[in-house]
Amino acid sequence: MVIKTGSSAVSGVAAGPWRTAGQALVRNRPAMSALAILLLVTFACIMAPFYAHDIAHTDPFTSNVAGSFSLNGQNVDIMQPNDNPLHLGLSPAGPTWHPSAYFLGADSQGRDVAARLLYGGRNSLLISFSAALLCIGMAALVGVLSGFFGGVVDMVLSRLMDIMWAVPVYLFAISLSIVTISQGLKIGPFTVESDNLLIPIVIIALVYVPYAARPVRGRVMTLRNAEFVMAARSLGVPRWRILLVDILPNISATLVVLAPLLTALALLAESALSFLSIGVQAPAASWGTIIQDGEGLIYTRPMVAIAPGLAIVTVVLTLNILGDGLRDALDIRETSRKGS
Amino acid sequence: MNTTLLHAEGLRKEYKLPRGQTLRALDNISLEIMPGEVLGLVGESGCGKSTLGRCLLRLTELSSGTITFDGCDISSLNERAMRPLRRQMQMVFQDSYASLNPRRRIGDLIAEPLRVHPDNNGKKRSSSTIEARLAELTELVGLSTSALSRYPHEFSGGQRQRINIARALALSPQLIVADEPVSALDVSIQAQIINLFTDLKERLGLTYIFIAHDLAVVRQISTRVAVMYLGAIVEQGETDAILHTPAHPYTAALIAAVPEPVIRKNASRTLLRGDVPSPVSPPSGCRFHTRCPKAQADCAIVVPDLRPLPDGRVVACHFPLVNDP
Repeated sequence: MVIKTGSSAVSGVAAGPWRTAGQALVRNRPAMSALAILLLVTFACIMAPFYAHDIAHTDPFTSNVAGSFSLNGQNVDIMQPNDNPLHLGLSPAGPTWHPSAYFLGADSQGRDVAARLLYGGRNSLLISFSAALLCIGMAALVGVLSGFFGGVVDMVLSRLMDIMWAVPVYLFAISLSIVTISQGLKIGPFTVESDNLLIPIVIIALVYVPYAARPVRGRVMTLRNAEFVMAARSLGVPRWRILLVDILPNISATLVVLAPLLTALALLAESALSFLSIGVQAPAASWGTIIQDGEGLIYTRPMVAIAPGLAIVTVVLTLNILGDGLRDALDIRETSRKGS
Repeated sequence: MNTTLLHAEGLRKEYKLPRGQTLRALDNISLEIMPGEVLGLVGESGCGKSTLGRCLLRLTELSSGTITFDGCDISSLNERAMRPLRRQMQMVFQDSYASLNPRRRIGDLIAEPLRVHPDNNGKKRSSSTIEARLAELTELVGLSTSALSRYPHEFSGGQRQRINIARALALSPQLIVADEPVSALDVSIQAQIINLFTDLKERLGLTYIFIAHDLAVVRQISTRVAVMYLGAIVEQGETDAILHTPAHPYTAALIAAVPEPVIRKNASRTLLRGDVPSPVSPPSGCRFHTRCPKAQADCAIVVPDLRPLPDGRVVACHFPLVNDP
């Protein structure tokens, strides 16, 4: 009794789980729009030097309180008398909405806010993407080790995660940042200066490890008891190969879904640290530091704080929408389990 | 071919529960299986059939007891020492989807045992030998070779079970433990898969331990049957003898519960009432006495041993339905 089966579907390359997920994601309009916006913002930030040198003709890192710029043929002082009835004190120029000169106005040191926004975005995005990647790497390691090996390994790692979890994230990040930024970091022959971006990257990655490791651990524990792992054991597959071939490919979806959400969290954390002057160090900019610059000008020149604020909101929102799209696309059990 | 292939003696499996309780999943189970035999393991859900199957292959740790496979005591081997022996014993699981890694192609899934085990000369198999073997295996179980580049979710349950069987056959094992391989399938597909099992047994000289809760399935495939109740074997013997003249009241009740297409008016059915007692606190004496239609006062006190009847079967009952000599 031999029945030929398996050729009922149209022949061709079988759609793998990743390809299926990719197709589902492409069909997801909100997720694709979010991705487009995200790429646009990233591209704009990458082009920051081009904008500063060739369009705005300004140096966003040196203070320029005595200077002036020309707008529609007129010479305008960067620092102008205040708008208040007594005309006391000076305010930086407001937004001109003119790309070639102080598009979003100047900050209290007379620097071009638009140019700083783009440069700040470079740092903010670089830090949040790297921190998210590093965090996922560490979380995957912790989650896989404790989920797969269980026992004492799980005990030690899980308690460590619990301890970290018990400390509020921001409090933890702030404490670590204050120590490392005030003293720099010396590990053996390596010295990390306090203005090195590695400091916020590593700190932010570290504080979010418990949040990412827990779902990974849960997934690995489920997989460890999955019937196909039992089947692999009954075939005599060594443990390391089970880990590599049966466990890791099945947690990759979990990791991919975590990535945009962690990036959003990292961006918020980075902004908070920079706002408190313990993230990106002056004169370098990040969206958080620009908000801090704008804090004192909030009544007279609100755009200084609003622009980076909007940038943060946009990126966090798009990352979340993208994350939802990825989660829907990668849920293979739900989308492609047919029959039984 | 008169040597026992698998011999299990006094298998026990206990799970520790909170509050000091223990769940006795397997209680003093002994069985023997000869090469070429098909032993059907039947019983209600939760009676320990699957646990027994997994323990026999050392996939679940035993609490005590010995298992001898092909003359070699495997009950205390660790996972690494078991690995070479796994070539001789394979398993087919009930859930054909859950037992296939959803992220791997069928070709990789079936080739997995060939990749992790060296060939008979102790050398790693070359990819061309593996490919040739894959072609043989797909032919053997009735799959087309185009299936090899596909993923598990693209197949129906019956096809997936063929994939599982192909994978289990990859290393030409002697023994296959099939854990309810057809219970999740449609009846028409069930017949196909059972025919496939029978066919493969004859062509390859396999030995099966076939776990099922459906007596019709067991009747078709088994040469011998072991009936389990609450973690213990209550009756064991030739399929025909057991299914026609059950000696244990529980076996009789199981057979009576099989729906029949023709209603016989004067056939008396002894249907069981009540639920299976909890294996955490099994009944005293004969574990079946709480539901047994023939139970007497003694049954609640004295544990019945498995004792042989004249036709060669063994039964654990003080008052077997078949007359004692």
